[in-house]
Parts: sequence; C-alpha cells; structure tokens
Amino acid sequence: MESTEPEPSDSRPEEEEEEEEEEEEEEEEEDDGALLAPKQRLAAMEDCLAKKMEITVSEAEKRTGRNAMNIQETYTAYLIETRAVESQSEGQCAPVESLWRRYSEFELLRNYLSVTYPHIVVPPLPEKRLSADNMDPDFVERRRIGLENFLLRVASHPVLCQDKIFYAFLMQEGGWKEMVNETGFQLKADSRLKALNATFRVKNPDKRFTELKHYSDELQSVISHLLRVRARVADRLYGVYKVHGNYGRVFSEWSAIEKEMGDGLQSAGHHMDVYAASIDDILEEEEHYADQLKEYLFYAEALRAVCRKHELMQYDLEMAAQDLTSKKQQCEELATGTVRTFSLKGMTSKLFGQETPEQREAKIKVLEEQIQEGEEQLKSKNLEGRDFVKSAWADIERFKEQKNHDLKEALISYAVMQISMCKKGIQVWTNAKECFSKM
Amino acid sequence: DISLTEVNSFSPSVPISPSSMINQYKFEDGPELRDLFITVDDPESHITAIETFITYRVVTKTTRGEFDSSEYEVRRRYQDFLWLKSKLEEAHPTLIIPPLPEKFIMRGMVERFSDEFIETRRKALHKFLNRIADHPTLTFNEDFKIFLTAQAWELSSHKKQGPGLLSRMGQTVRAVASSVRGAVKNRPEMFTEMNNYMETFSQKINILDKIAHRIYKEERDYFNEMKEYGPIHTLWSASEDDIADSLKGIASCIERCCRATERRMAGLSEHLLPILHEYVLYSEILMGVLKRRDQIQGELDSKVDALANKKELFSEEIEKLEDKVERANNALKADWDRWKQNMHWDMRSTFTNVAENNLRYYEE
Repeated sequence: MESTEPEPSDSRPEEEEEEEEEEEEEEEEEDDGALLAPKQRLAAMEDCLAKKMEITVSEAEKRTGRNAMNIQETYTAYLIETRAVESQSEGQCAPVESLWRRYSEFELLRNYLSVTYPHIVVPPLPEKRLSADNMDPDFVERRRIGLENFLLRVASHPVLCQDKIFYAFLMQEGGWKEMVNETGFQLKADSRLKALNATFRVKNPDKRFTELKHYSDELQSVISHLLRVRARVADRLYGVYKVHGNYGRVFSEWSAIEKEMGDGLQSAGHHMDVYAASIDDILEEEEHYADQLKEYLFYAEALRAVCRKHELMQYDLEMAAQDLTSKKQQCEELATGTVRTFSLKGMTSKLFGQETPEQREAKIKVLEEQIQEGEEQLKSKNLEGRDFVKSAWADIERFKEQKNHDLKEALISYAVMQISMCKKGIQVWTNAKECFSKM
Repeated sequence: DISLTEVNSFSPSVPISPSSMINQYKFEDGPELRDLFITVDDPESHITAIETFITYRVVTKTTRGEFDSSEYEVRRRYQDFLWLKSKLEEAHPTLIIPPLPEKFIMRGMVERFSDEFIETRRKALHKFLNRIADHPTLTFNEDFKIFLTAQAWELSSHKKQGPGLLSRMGQTVRAVASSVRGAVKNRPEMFTEMNNYMETFSQKINILDKIAHRIYKEERDYFNEMKEYGPIHTLWSASEDDIADSLKGIASCIERCCRATERRMAGLSEHLLPILHEYVLYSEILMGVLKRRDQIQGELDSKVDALANKKELFSEEIEKLEDKVERANNALKADWDRWKQNMHWDMRSTFTNVAENNLRYYEE
C-alpha cells in the first residue's frame, strides 16, 4: 500500500496501527506491510531489511535472574518475533522466529550503532526510567511499543539495516553480547562525547552543522515544553469532565423526590455519567500522540550527537594541523638557527649554550619523520572529515524528510482526535438537552 | 390556568443576549395580561461622610389604574430592598417571598464594590422585583407600590411608620424559635410532605450549586492552561519550514478553543449559576415559610388545648385562629404549587441552556 502524499484518511489507520495498545500478533503481522509504507517511501531505492522481514515486539514478561554482580533482580524481558516476507503464495507463510531481550540489551545495541555509524542519526530508544516503578503495566506496555518502533526504524534505515550485529540481535539469542563486545566498539567510543556541555573551540566551524545544532536544541526545548503543557491541559480537562459526573449522582437522588421532573432528571443524569466516563478513552489516545512527539524529542538528541561528533572531528583536525605547523616551524628554526618564536628550549639553549651539530641533526631527523607522519595523518583526517560530512548530510536529509512526514501525520491525527472528542461531546449534550427539555 | 405548552411558547429558545434579562422572563399570565414592567439598572455609587453605597435605578411601566402615572423612575439602595422584603413577609407570613441577593458573598472573595459583584447583585434585584410583580397576591401589595413609585424622601418617611426593622426581625426570630420547640402535632399530611421534600431539595440544590461552581473553576483552570498551549506551537513553527503551516494551524485552532471555552464559562456564570443560587436561597425561604405556618398552627393548637374547658367563651378566638391557619395553609399550598411549577420551568430552561451552550462549544 504505497501512497505518495500523506492524507488524513490514509495515514490515520497507519498511525493507529503503530500506536494502538491492544495489539495481537495477527493484527501486527497483517498490517506490517501497510505500516512500513511511509518509511518505505524514504528507503525506496534501498533494499532495507524492513522490506524483507516482519518484526514485532509482541510480549513483555517479568523475569528474575542474577545480574553481573550475582545479585538477584527483577526485570522485564521482551519477546521479539520475526518472520521473513516471502513473495506470498496463497496460504504459504514463513515460520516465526523469536527470542527474548531485555532493555539493557537494546541499549547495548544502540550504543554500538551510535559508535559504529557516527554520521547517522540513530533512532532513539524509549525512556530509560519513567518514575519509580518499572514494573507498572502501563509503563511496560508503552515501552514495548517504543522498543518495537525502535527496531522498525533501524530496520528501515538504508544503512543501519545492513549491520550484522543488528541482524544477530534479531535472530541470535545466545552469544550476542559477546559478539558485540568483540567488535571492540567501546574502544572507538569517544569519551568526550559524554561531556555534553564541554566546549571545544573550533576555529572554522561548519556553518551548516552549527545551524543544525541550534535547530536540534530548539526542537528539544520546544517539544519538551509542549509536552509539559499538554500534560497540564489534559489534567484540567480531566477535572472538567469528572466533576460533571457528580451531576449524575445528584440528579438521580433529586429525581427521587420529583414527580414530573423525575424521569427527565434521571436520564439526564445518566448522560452526565457517560460524559464523565468518556474522558478516560480520550486521554489515553492523547498519550499515544504524546509518545510520538517524545520520539522526536529523543531524536533531537541523536541529531545533536551527530553535530557534536562532527565538531570533535573538526577540532581534532584543527589540533592536528596546528601541531603539524608548529613542528614544521621548529624544524625550520633548528635548520636555520633562527628563533622566530619564543620557546623555553630556545631560551635555555641560548643561556646554556647551543647544542652540538650532531644533536641538532638528530632532532631535525626526528622532526622530519614526525612531520611526514603528521602530513599523512592530516590528509587522511581531512578525507575522513569530508566523507563524514558527505554521508552525514545524506542521512540528515533523509532524517528531515522522515521527521516532517511523521510530525505532520502526528499533528493531523491529533486534530482528528480533537474532532472526535467534540463529536462525542455533541452527542452527549444533545441527548442531555433532550432529557432536560422533557423535564 | 396556563398549560405547559403555552408557557413553552414564550420561553426563549434563541441565544439570549446578556443585556436583555427581561426577555428571559417567562410571563406567568402571558404577555398580553402583564401590566407591570420593571427594570433595575444603572448602578451609581454615592459617597457621604459616613458611608459609601450604591443605588440602582428602578424603572416601572404600568397600565394599572391604581397607579397615578404610567411610568416611574426612582433610585433605591440595597437597604430599601431589605425593607420591602421584610414588609412583605410581615404582611404575608405564609407566602413565598422571592429571595434577595445576600449582603456579602463568602465564596470567591469578590470585593464589595467590584463591578462583578454589583452586576450580579443588580441582576438579582431585578429578578426579585419581577418575581413579586408576577405573584398574583404580592403584586398588589401597598408597600410594593410605594417602593416602586415613591421619591426618596417619601419612602424614608413611610418607612418610619410601623415597627422598626430590628424589632421585626426579633419577632421573626422568636417565632421561629418557638415553633421549633414543639408545635408540630396536628400538622396536616400535606405539609409534612412538603417539609420532607424541602429538606431533600435543599440538600440537593446546595450540592448542585457547589458542583456548578466547581465546574466553572475547573473550566477556568483549563482555559488558563490552554492559553499557554497555543503559543508554543507558534514558537515551534518558527524553527520549522515544512511543517510550519500545520503547526500554525493548530495554534490558531487552540486559540479558537480558548475563546469557545470563555463563552462556555460566560454561559455558566450568566445562566446556571445565578439560578442555582436563587434556588438555594429559595430553599431557605421555603423552610422559613413552613416554619411560620407551623408556628401559626401552633398558636391555634395551644390556644385550643389551654381553653379546652372554656370552649364557648373563646370560640370566637379559636374560630379566628382556625381561619387564620386555614388561610395560611391555602396560601402556602397555592404558592407552593406555583413555585414548583416555576422552579420546574426554570430548571428545565437553565439546564437546556447549559446543554445548548455545551453543544455550541463542541461545534466550534
């Protein structure tokens, strides 16, 4: 089911599928094709894993076990099910493969991907910890959906879906952790990235990346603000609806002492109860919308991370270039005997006598070697940098399209939600009005 | 006797503009039969050395013969309304006198002379006079006529005749107290029913009043949060290009929701809240009326008991008292029926109005 332009009627069922809570295996598997269509559009030319395989996170289970420090703990395990999409002939279905993973393994996977593909905006995981209780069924359910979403996003990414470790994550239960660690990705991880606010003075920052970083900061702040206010608005709305429920009770008690008004009051009271109860479903739907926005809140962080990595790369490059220049200068000075820059060595040698010509020769030789090394390094770093920028921008463009599409759909579905809420309201109050007029 | 459909045909089903409170009136006797039209408006504050107070303009238009002129315009202050009410109570102890707005308002901490307070009071005073005008008996009360027509100095001199307000209040209090103490035997079944009804009704109407206020408050809180919600979307649209329009669209929709919420709140505060409040006061008044009726009956009963032996001697007195009780009972009964019908109608139209407002809100 390919569509070129997202229209409310087309996209809404897809959004619903993605975010609806009551998911049975069958439902998911049938509609996965439809679910992937918008993402497919983005990976139209690429042959991504998502096209070839159906992926779901279908269940969550409480487990107890011993952790690395041999302490007993309770955690939740999630069931990942995969099934190859064959060119389907009537009634022929590939078998379902499945394995269990816990959240920390998802985290490991994501860390691996972030380090191995620093130029890619890696899809985010659902939140680490909501509040005190990780066992709360609502939280677990929302996390399950988030994890599935994560896997689908990775599977539909043209580059990431081809990664062997990712594939193994989906297919190979045992020994996966060891496999990841063997890649040695942790060594590549730049610890400087962890220091979020440390500034590295880059002399020639790439303007595009700077702008992008600003954008990701703005996006983060605006979405988190929006989510906060939305939560408050939802609370207030809840209050309005629920207080109307009190009408129901009082009307019913009052109707007991009235003769002509009694029936009208009683039935109106019933409608007030319906009205008060309706808010629960409405708000639950809104939670899904909030989760969609939250995903992009976390995506903004991933975007920022890419900018950061580029910044660090640029910094390293500049440092290396600087180092090379100073070495060249040193060499020159030694060779010509002129001191152009003040250096402690220069001063001490002036004070305590020059070095012997042999010593100087040796020094020059060392320096020349270093300079050669340095020049090669600089060349490769430059190349690296250019490659990085090129592939990063390709992915960023892809991300932008994805983001615009997804957010637009989310906003549309939000509007549709509001309309449906109003329609329900109209219905209830029309009924109530009828009851009142019959009093 | 007016059938319900007739009454309905005069009930306003079009949106009511807040200023035309008069149109909100259902005319008990049909507009063609109504011959007394009263409005209360134009509050003005007066500052003297001793005090500051507000007067309201009371305009009366009438075709009645017993009025010397067909139009009157006078200024009255709250105290004058209190005086009128007490005179009416004195003259008709077992009739249901409409409620006056309270002296102070506890809830909401509205200041004594805030515009909101004055406007609420003005509307209530307007209603008070119109209810009296609609009452088949009270409308012909002499004090009522004087209230509507006399100039300020005429009114004060008239007021000075007859027992002072304080002594009157004292009498009422004593009467109420004595009736509570015990004279409820021989109470006709009908009035016991009324009493029971009133107790429950009073309870329920008080709760409804609280609920309605709570709803208003919740809506106001909701409105406040919504006000912040919209602009965030506009802010966001500034950093986007592709989805900027969608975001701006949502922002403007939220704004419209805000305005609709405001209108809904206004609807509540103009229609539902004042009526519920009025009936809260009414329930108090009715309890008082029932007590007074009991008291009158109590007088009769105690006299009958005390004079069991000397029946012939005081038969006249007893007869008079019996008569009094009978009249009181009848008056109350008639009034009660009237009141219930009114209440019924009021409630219906009020809640229908709330429903309509909500409909309008959701349609927007």
